[in-house]
Amino acid sequence: MRHLLSISDLGREGIEELLDLTDSFVEVAERRIPKVPALRGKNVVSLFYEDSTRTRLSFETAAKRLSADTMNFSVSTSSVKKGESLKDTVETIEAMGIDCIVVRHGSAGVPWQIASWVDASVINAGDGWHEHPTQALLDCYTIRQELGGFTDKRIAIVGDVKHSRVARSDVLAFTALGASVTLVAPPTLLPPSLEGWPVDVSHDIDEVLPKVDVVYLLRMQKERQTEALLPSLREYTATYGLTRDRARLLQEHALVMHPGPMNRGVEIAAEVADLPRSVITRQVANGVAVRSAVLFLLLGSGSDLHV
Amino acid sequence: MAERERRTTPPYGGVFVPRTRIMDAEAVRRAITRIAHEVIERNAGLEDVVVVGLQTGGVPLARQLADELERIEGTEVPVGTLDVAFYRDDIGLRPVMPEAVTNIPVDLGARVVVLVDDVLFTGRTIRAAMDALTDFGRPRAIQLAVMIDRGHRELPIRPDFVGKNLPTRRDEAVDVHEDGVDLGDMVKGARR
Repeated sequence: MRHLLSISDLGREGIEELLDLTDSFVEVAERRIPKVPALRGKNVVSLFYEDSTRTRLSFETAAKRLSADTMNFSVSTSSVKKGESLKDTVETIEAMGIDCIVVRHGSAGVPWQIASWVDASVINAGDGWHEHPTQALLDCYTIRQELGGFTDKRIAIVGDVKHSRVARSDVLAFTALGASVTLVAPPTLLPPSLEGWPVDVSHDIDEVLPKVDVVYLLRMQKERQTEALLPSLREYTATYGLTRDRARLLQEHALVMHPGPMNRGVEIAAEVADLPRSVITRQVANGVAVRSAVLFLLLGSGSDLHV
Repeated sequence: MAERERRTTPPYGGVFVPRTRIMDAEAVRRAITRIAHEVIERNAGLEDVVVVGLQTGGVPLARQLADELERIEGTEVPVGTLDVAFYRDDIGLRPVMPEAVTNIPVDLGARVVVLVDDVLFTGRTIRAAMDALTDFGRPRAIQLAVMIDRGHRELPIRPDFVGKNLPTRRDEAVDVHEDGVDLGDMVKGARR
């Protein structure tokens, strides 16, 4: 496998192999010196056309754990400001001799486009509303770690599904692994068509919460709200937010997850994020291990998932 | 390639086909008993000794060695397992994937590590293992125990404890398993 662009590139077997490999990197993180020499001499560049704290830092840490060199490209301080095209930017970066491009862009499909231009491996770190495969992988890893697996598990994904690349990748990954997924959102925050999505839909969070093993809250994406889809954020919180009262409806073992950054007091009550069954910081920690596994698989293992 | 098949396929490809039985299970057991006595003699007891088996062939031998050490001295010896995939020097030249998660149960600082593997060949795995071990602390010493030393070293590494020295041709293969040790060949396309 050369690129990681979509969860659907992996399939069930590929996802499981990656999660197994992640176990090894979780162990590496616990060592006195949490660094292995596997990718010495490899050059990984992050090309982020959108803001990000955790994903960019997570990839950078993951690459450094493998002893790869990292370069950072942030649009605000680059020649993109002078009007350089995406293709010229990518070709310039590639000319410096790089092995992997980690790309985030506001437009769906950009990672595929870049993969067609370069010899380097391309990892999709989020493209528009489309996909965010490494987020889905770290979510899967966290659920497997906490609940032991996906068979017969019920997962509710709550909130702004329409604008969420996390939701798209998560639905693909969770269902590939055998979980059943319910989307919970007001009709205006669902995609115009859910044809072909292997999911149930509900508009009543209070009815769904007592039945699920995982409640996955999506961030209310204020920056992507191009039209008035909600009367107000307060009304959203009242009908769909995981308030303290609603959290009591959850089963004792049910996990609370969120991709971050959280809007405390909107989709998640401030104190819910600190509940014992909230695994939000665990997700972040696992993110580094999962991304190390992805980088090792693409750049170091020489192994092919699909032969 | 299916996962199972990749796992059993060594660096040079193919499937192991045995030709000669070199040691039977009883001979392996006796060798472990002797090595256990040598380990105790060398270290004047078992203080600070940790046994670490290399994935995958060294792991069962490390367990057996530790059991034998405990039987003789009556003290418990920590046992770990080590996978050196991320330390190999042939990453990028052949498929490299960890077989299992490394598990080192104690800090190795100031310990005596007895590293256990089934077959010592080029020495490259041991080189990788020594790099890996030092990421868990600074051992006072690392000693190497192998069931078979088959020669053909490519690095300046020699074992401290040997089950059996076995002269081989470079293209032969040695397999250590629960019924003993076989000398044979890697055959492409053959079925075990």
